[in-house]
Amino acid sequence: MAKEKVALLSQKNRKLLLDPLNDDNPITVQVLGICSALAITVQLKPAIVMSVAVMFVLVFGNLIVSLMRNIIPNRIRIIVQLLIVAFLVILVDQVLKAYLYDVSKELAVFVGLIITNCIIMGRFEAFALANGPWKSILDGIGNSLGYGIILIIVAFFRELLGSGKLMGYEVLGHKAKTIVESTGVYQYGYENNGFMLLSPMALITVGIIIWYQRSRNRKLIED
Amino acid sequence: MEDLGSIFIKSIFIDNMVFAYFLGMCSYLAVSKTVKTAVGLGAAVIFVLAITVPVNYLLDTYILKEGALTWLGAEYANIDLSFLSFIMFIAVIASMVQLVEMIVERFAPALYSALGIFLPLIAVNCAILGGSLFMQQKNFSTVTESVVYGLGSGIGFFLAILAIASIREKITYSNVPKPLKGLGITFIITGLMAIAFMSFSGIKL
Repeated sequence: MAKEKVALLSQKNRKLLLDPLNDDNPITVQVLGICSALAITVQLKPAIVMSVAVMFVLVFGNLIVSLMRNIIPNRIRIIVQLLIVAFLVILVDQVLKAYLYDVSKELAVFVGLIITNCIIMGRFEAFALANGPWKSILDGIGNSLGYGIILIIVAFFRELLGSGKLMGYEVLGHKAKTIVESTGVYQYGYENNGFMLLSPMALITVGIIIWYQRSRNRKLIED
Repeated sequence: MEDLGSIFIKSIFIDNMVFAYFLGMCSYLAVSKTVKTAVGLGAAVIFVLAITVPVNYLLDTYILKEGALTWLGAEYANIDLSFLSFIMFIAVIASMVQLVEMIVERFAPALYSALGIFLPLIAVNCAILGGSLFMQQKNFSTVTESVVYGLGSGIGFFLAILAIASIREKITYSNVPKPLKGLGITFIITGLMAIAFMSFSGIKL
């Protein structure tokens, strides 16, 4: 089974899958899909749910667009694409409301905003309209993983430093009213940095990630 | 019920589309390299938001909301079509943008050439759909309120993109660390501007 998979992924296809994770990351290099990346990264859990939702929409959207690419009239392609995305997003939204109601409350309008998430339209326009279904699926998986990784890194730091939790668990110990009653790092007088929870810190965190990535990978530097 | 003035001020400064909700970030980052293009996009956003928010408000109040179909007769009173709102809103926005483009091209060619490529791009700007979705949450009571809200949000976006474009034009002459040049420093500046904009949130209207 594993061998078959390796054979399916030729050098070129593997590039499609892995490039978006670093060299061609949708958020830090292509600058797509920033809005949602910043707004829902206060905690890890919504960030993960959002990544999965975007992955679903992007993979199936890419597949549908690439199957229909020869019958969509060029002039109205944006509207057709929007309708395909809107259809998929309604599915996601209804499923979230049914099974993960708390998270869907937290994500609020941002599930709806997947429709206008530039990652989706960007990949439709740049890739699915010109390539076959299998390649488009790989491209969808790759790009949504690249998106998800940044989302999860940002959410990890914001939740850990901002509220001392990960996925809602108190990994740094419990903070009580007095130092004596507290456990973990809080006994030594550690304080949470509430500033990390505020939205501007998401922008600055992404800025720092870009800084780090570009100093590791010199060819990405803009002149 | 809030009065129109406070909705207006609130939507420009306190609930600023870019700095408070990060909507329209993609075009905000992509089109803010020079002040001239930034003004074009900003104007187009004001224009489209001021039209689509009220249209979607009417659509929401008279067709989509739970019990909105009562005007058709008592037997329609229990129908809730709100799950269709995404697809309806985006369809309205896409067709409105197309319509506005044609009207502007016909009657104001100078404005059309100034807005240029930005008008069609706006259909996929999240600030526009975001405006309609926030409007749905805010439960406005009249159309006028939604017009004011749309206009205010548009002006908020305009101010934000104008400010960042002016800063980016100046910063090209500064000695920024190489890996931070371009995108990185823009993110950090936007973060600092957002912190500044947070000071508005203390204002009670």
